[in-house]
Amino acid sequence: MYTQAMDIPGGPKAVAPGSPEEAAFNARIARDEKIEPRDWMPEAYRKTLVRQISQHAHSEVVGMLPEGNWITRAPSLKRKAILMAKVQDEGGHGLYLYAAAETLGVSRDDLIDALHAGKAKYSSIFNYAALSWADMGAIGWLVDGAAIMNQIPLCRCSYGPYARAMIRICKEESFHQRQGFDIMLALCRGTPAQKQMAQDALDRWWWPVVQMFGPPDADSVHSGATMAWGIKRISNDDLRQKFIDATVPQAELLGLTIPDPHLKWNGERGHYDIGPIDWDEFWRAVGGDGPCSRERIATRVRAQEEGAWVREAALAHARKQAARARKAA
Amino acid sequence: MSNNEWPLWEVFIRSKQGLDHRHVGSLHAADAKQAVQMARDVYTRRMEGVSIWVVASEAITASDPDDKAELFEPMADKVYRHPTFYKLPKEVEHM
Ligand SMILES: [Fe+2]
Ligand SMILES: [Fe+2]
Repeated sequence: MYTQAMDIPGGPKAVAPGSPEEAAFNARIARDEKIEPRDWMPEAYRKTLVRQISQHAHSEVVGMLPEGNWITRAPSLKRKAILMAKVQDEGGHGLYLYAAAETLGVSRDDLIDALHAGKAKYSSIFNYAALSWADMGAIGWLVDGAAIMNQIPLCRCSYGPYARAMIRICKEESFHQRQGFDIMLALCRGTPAQKQMAQDALDRWWWPVVQMFGPPDADSVHSGATMAWGIKRISNDDLRQKFIDATVPQAELLGLTIPDPHLKWNGERGHYDIGPIDWDEFWRAVGGDGPCSRERIATRVRAQEEGAWVREAALAHARKQAARARKAA
Repeated sequence: MSNNEWPLWEVFIRSKQGLDHRHVGSLHAADAKQAVQMARDVYTRRMEGVSIWVVASEAITASDPDDKAELFEPMADKVYRHPTFYKLPKEVEHM
């Protein structure tokens, strides 16, 4: 997922009509045409995309950590193979997205440095610990489920490389949610203790997942600009509602209880109503003060540092080979 | 730091159906051989392809977006290049 954090304060304001280039750009957006890397674009559009796409890429990569942690402890060879495939997909998603960001004239190393320095954000959800095997079920079912809700409209994003990356990602994403639901289903059909594990995972993940869609529309400082630019298509609250409406019957099917005493079908609206969301918790997690925030970044920094000699050696080898080939020619 | 970044490669994949190689994305790799290996891992995990090309991104020459009108608009009024331009009598069923 993992694009929520773009709606936090500090971004561009509104799109102001200015130069003829800008007018032409706005007209293309209005016609729903794709903007490509070498086309003229307003600096604020470019910056917003760099921020959103890189945050999204960081989220995919940091998102590998809570699940990667369970690969060695998967309960069967089948589950282990599935989990490895999923985590590998997430690494690929990170790559597609970094590549899309790079088309905007930024370097991958700089983006990764920004993450490691705490200057770039990633989805709040990955700051929570995966405590039991049931969490692998809850993450796939709920976190990837929320990701799909959020990512499908991004396939129509006005920036071509981002839209194309999202199409590829969405194709791969649906197996993620299904394998998670499948884990939950197995636990819920198992012993009472296993079912309790599933309930416990739902209890811990539900509210962080509901928060994942980002702050309410009323507080989303620059949703307006990203909507006008065709980057964002559906508001945070609408996506959240869609997710809740789709998920409640799935929880019922599992025989699990969603930890919200206010959750109730509203016949008039044709949607579920939910209780109040703890936004302080969300802002803490986004701001790097979630339960696992420090550990996540430390793990990424360690991986980057410990892999440095491999990257340098490969590059030195490639340069030597190229020099030798030139000499021979 | 940035000049120690592995160079960028564009990846093209031909699917099983024997169609043209199609651009699927890009990746960083130290050299061409490694780029092919990595493209295999990243872009063919679900049997998407039977052949991979990689091209150093810096070796690609692209048309200038500012020339778009000049290059492509002249085709807009040449509808006679399409079969649907020709209205044939009903008697000629398949042509
Ligand atoms: Fe993903
Ligand atoms: Fe996923």
